[in-house]
Amino acid sequence: MKTLFRGGRLIDPAAGRDEAVDVLVEDSLVAAVGDGVDGAGAEILDCDGLVVAPGLVDLHAHLREPGLEHKETVETGARAAAAGGFTAICAMPNTEPVADTTGVIMEVRARAEKAGLCDVLPAAAITRGLDGESLVEMGELADIGVRLFTDDHRSVQSSRVMRLALEYAKAFEVVICQHAQDDDLSEGWQMHEGQYSALLGLTGAPREAEEVTVARDLLLARLTGGRLHLTHLSSLGSVDAVRHARAAGTRVTADVTPHHLSLADEDLIEYDTNKKMNPPLRTPEDRSALQQGLAEGALDAVATDHAPHAVEEKEQEFDRSPPGTTGLETALAVVLTHVVEPGAMGLTRAVEVLSTAPARILGLEEHGGPVQPGRAANLTVFDPAAEWVVGERPFHSRGRNNAFLGLSLRGRVLHTMLRGEPTVRDGEPTR
Amino acid sequence: MIKHLLSVTQLSPEAVTRILDTADSFREVGTRVIKKVPALRGRTVVNLFYEPSTRTRISFELAAKRLSADVINFTTSGSSVSKGESLKDTALTLQAMGADAIVIRHSSSGAPYTLTRWVDASVLNAGDGTHEHPTQALLDLYTIREHFPSFEGLRVAIVGDVLHSRVARSGTHVLTTMGAQVTLVGPPTLIPSEAASWGAAISHELDPVLPKLDVCYMLRVQRERQRQQYFPTVREYAMRFGLTRDRVGALPERALIMHPGPMNRGVEIASDVADLPQALITDQVTNGIAVRMALLYLMLGGEGAQEGTL
Repeated sequence: MKTLFRGGRLIDPAAGRDEAVDVLVEDSLVAAVGDGVDGAGAEILDCDGLVVAPGLVDLHAHLREPGLEHKETVETGARAAAAGGFTAICAMPNTEPVADTTGVIMEVRARAEKAGLCDVLPAAAITRGLDGESLVEMGELADIGVRLFTDDHRSVQSSRVMRLALEYAKAFEVVICQHAQDDDLSEGWQMHEGQYSALLGLTGAPREAEEVTVARDLLLARLTGGRLHLTHLSSLGSVDAVRHARAAGTRVTADVTPHHLSLADEDLIEYDTNKKMNPPLRTPEDRSALQQGLAEGALDAVATDHAPHAVEEKEQEFDRSPPGTTGLETALAVVLTHVVEPGAMGLTRAVEVLSTAPARILGLEEHGGPVQPGRAANLTVFDPAAEWVVGERPFHSRGRNNAFLGLSLRGRVLHTMLRGEPTVRDGEPTR
Repeated sequence: MIKHLLSVTQLSPEAVTRILDTADSFREVGTRVIKKVPALRGRTVVNLFYEPSTRTRISFELAAKRLSADVINFTTSGSSVSKGESLKDTALTLQAMGADAIVIRHSSSGAPYTLTRWVDASVLNAGDGTHEHPTQALLDLYTIREHFPSFEGLRVAIVGDVLHSRVARSGTHVLTTMGAQVTLVGPPTLIPSEAASWGAAISHELDPVLPKLDVCYMLRVQRERQRQQYFPTVREYAMRFGLTRDRVGALPERALIMHPGPMNRGVEIASDVADLPQALITDQVTNGIAVRMALLYLMLGGEGAQEGTL
């Protein structure tokens, strides 16, 4: 089976390439990249005006299965991912039961393979049952290929446990991923502590609730030499801390979500639960610092923190609603509309932070490019100018809780290809 | 005309004056032998109270009844809510029953906003979490106006747990909107650091503020806050911020003493101070009925109320 992507703009940060070329895929591999590639016998997709890029990679998605299938399943999450241009996503372990044993990891993988829509890499918890105290069997989990360990929304509070996790992980070269948040400083929080929390009468979590944990973990990474990843950073102080630690040689990577790059605490003025986030949306100054940090390389990647919830869970009083927004189907468009279009970041860097960089963090050889002959054909094709309104077409995710519902975004995924198999064609999933 | 009263930030100075003037005309109704006018005959007002409340619920109930509306009191204990019914389903039920106005008290900030998504009825915020208590602020304004001709330049201190107080949020905003100078007084742990952006001054000591005040407004301080260590002991709080007889001596003679109730006598206000003639706590209660009558009347477009009046 041959497919020719003709005349698209290939943005391939791993190869340092940004030019209009043809890309020929044969079976599961890229067969040719260049001008005037012979398309004899191939299905030809006209990509004039479109961007061809390595498939997007997400470091942080909640697929909810097993146990919380009323919010999402591996299959629906993978379909949403493909629709959003992703070819690989890292599934968070806060399921029921928690992904803290090889059994749960294998089960999630099996379901993803059956769906065949997107590579799903289950992350494992750092501690058993997310208890913050007892380390999981990291060696066995690493042996079956788990690359990233995180207690996610349960930030590891104990400095001792965090130190030991970073230290022990060195034996397997796996990543310890932290949602940085000091529980004491953020007790009862509903949003960012500031002008708007004071106005809305909602309990705030200050930036410092994140920053003290970021600072501690950077010191522990320095102490141990362990591989730290800080996920969904939200505050300007965190960006500065990562920048300085990295300049001093600490092994750390970091990501930021599309919603922290585009929204702010002021957007909560009508108590919209779809904009309640963990960590909370902070101020426009934080948002600018996050955009700048991402553009300059202090932050490595964009991660969706795709957090689907049932309608009845979100349609509640603000303080009863769970935090989070879906993100897989809107991530690319939000980054293009709110970061690239205003000029904070170039299109090449956008592809890098959504594909190449997260693929490297997860150690995924097949993803993130380079798009070259002989390499796995994991690709996405999008129209950077196409405008659409979020929610006007049904979501593929089970979650309807999208923070951008009703808003207009630019950038639409048309084709996604996983190892040569089309998972999305003309904007619709193929299965 | 505002459809819902969710926050005092919706109200212009003209709208506030209009409400207070309308309340004036209803104040007299409460002094009659037959305390009733037919203005809202045939309309249904639902009191939807998710939190225990005595004065606000009764005040709204009396206000609606004195306007001849039918009043339904829906408290959460012993109702479908205690069986786990969501706010949405309760709202849809009230909607289906044809409520014209829903007065909501809820422990969650923003719950009245959420309610408006599901009902056609006018929603009146009777206190939501630590957000706002608009009718309290308006009745306080009404009470102050009975003693001072203008709010312009009036010096008001709001003393106590501003951080957790919906009364302070609504009061500060509406007072500054009307031209008063508000000082928020309390320990730094109980004053939001961003309160300066509300147009109020901030003081962490009560004594220096007292001599220039026109109104000294004391907030209820929950003992729970001491357990959470917002202040070390109730004793220290009362010593630094309690309105004692001595402190009343430092107030100008004309100054009013107010409290939204319920009071902690001996904590934020000494018992003998609460019973002084210049302490207007019971006046506030009486005026609350008239102000709530005015709001229901204007918002529901009662007989004789002009369209576009609010």
